[in-house]
Amino acid sequence: MAEADITGDPVAASGPELPTAWHAASRNERITVILWRIGIAITIVVAWQAASGRLIKPFWISSPLAIWDQLVAWAITGELLMHVEITLAETLMGFVFGAVAGIAMGLALGLNRRVAAVLDPFIVAFYSLPKIALAPLFILWFGVGMTSKVVMATFVVFFLVFYNTYAGTLAVEQELVDVLRLMGARRWQIVTKVILPSVAIWIFTGMKTSVPYALIGAVVGEMMASNKGLGYLIQAAAGQYDTGGVFAALFVLAIIAMLLHTALKHAELWLLRWKEEAR
Amino acid sequence: MTDEPLIEYRDVTRRFLSRAGAVTACEHVDLTVRRGEFLAIVGPSGCGKSTLLNMAAGLLRPSAGAVFYRGVPVPDPNTDVGYLTQRDTLLPWRTTEDNVALALELRSVPRTERMRRAHDWLARVGLSGFARSYPAQLSGGMRRRACLARTLAYEPETILMDEPFGALDAQLRLVMHDELLKLWAATGKTIVFVTHDLSEAITLADRVAVFSPRPGRIRAIEPVDLPRPRDVFRIRFDPAFGALHDRLWSYLESSVRSDVKVA
Repeated sequence: MAEADITGDPVAASGPELPTAWHAASRNERITVILWRIGIAITIVVAWQAASGRLIKPFWISSPLAIWDQLVAWAITGELLMHVEITLAETLMGFVFGAVAGIAMGLALGLNRRVAAVLDPFIVAFYSLPKIALAPLFILWFGVGMTSKVVMATFVVFFLVFYNTYAGTLAVEQELVDVLRLMGARRWQIVTKVILPSVAIWIFTGMKTSVPYALIGAVVGEMMASNKGLGYLIQAAAGQYDTGGVFAALFVLAIIAMLLHTALKHAELWLLRWKEEAR
Repeated sequence: MTDEPLIEYRDVTRRFLSRAGAVTACEHVDLTVRRGEFLAIVGPSGCGKSTLLNMAAGLLRPSAGAVFYRGVPVPDPNTDVGYLTQRDTLLPWRTTEDNVALALELRSVPRTERMRRAHDWLARVGLSGFARSYPAQLSGGMRRRACLARTLAYEPETILMDEPFGALDAQLRLVMHDELLKLWAATGKTIVFVTHDLSEAITLADRVAVFSPRPGRIRAIEPVDLPRPRDVFRIRFDPAFGALHDRLWSYLESSVRSDVKVA
């Protein structure tokens, strides 16, 4: 996933055509699309409920009603909110720390090519390493509490954002830099007026890609060793052969991931509004 | 125009290293641009015309010889020149007005003042209604005009133009020629204008320098004795225009034809 982000046009990867096509579609078309989506969702839920206990044992697939009951039970005891809060906090902290460090490091190396050339093999080694494999080490170092999960998420986010930022500084058009130099711009003016804005798309692509990975980092960490969070909830339910509990936690996780994705998409549309083609 | 030399190329040679080996872009170029003049450089594509402009801007060093600006070697970068390159170099994340005001912003001109000047220039190039548009929302011709306004808005002493209207359609190009000549007459800038279009060179310039194909050497430098102000839409039908065009074409023709034969 990340390789494509480094070499390709970062905007093409995020697909700005989709929202445009969506807005261009007529009102009727939009309603049709929404009705189809609702229809598909209802079909799945009804088929699942019907199949459960008739075609397949509930032990394997649980059932929508059982999942709902589980969610309600967790909500009433306040457990659900507590676990969601923990996972979200780990994800967001990891995301913020990782993004800030990644942007800073990416810019620092992007603006100091010689240092970057020296460090290149180390960066590649770290970048190529599956970050999840570090989870046991982090748990060993930082314990079973939130810290190890935050570090895990930070690490994953850091490398994605760092690499995108760095690649972005390499892709800055020299011609634009020259135009400012001829206008008598100072070094910091070139950085703030050309380099940062042109790297912004790359940074944003890195950040957007990294959000789901921050969530993965946090959840995987929780599944390995913890007593709180959605990852723990999944692991604990699975340990008790409670398929409904697993599905309920997964359902909550999917909703969180979707909300994060939607928020990012809106932020991107607003930040990169100059990218919009003439209508 | 005065006889005072502003840009001087003295026996300038520039080579580039490429995978295929060393390529000589231009060779033994001696050329003097006078203060206030409109000089056109014409030659087949790939004859090192852009290289000459890059050296005057200080973005490139000569491999041999030297380029002087106001009597001293060209600094890197030469901030006394405004450079209108072949490609659009508007910053895509800035609105047209913020692009035009860019150089003033770098000089810490207060916002109201730089907006006033930017809007003034936008009006002169006919883009008043597009001050708040982003470059992606403008047509190719409008972007060219915005680039021109941006270059002129901070009033550099010299303007280097590298085939600035090459991508425009024929009608719009004539309109731009007319605007450019008016702006030049009003401001008295020195302009070095690179083109491969002989008619464009004669229409605009005081003098035309004809280059041979790579490695580029000066074939001839001819003054354009056509009265000013010029009517860019009709000047082509002037007999003097035709005679000069014929003469300059004879310099170009041999090199273009031999180029085709080689290829």
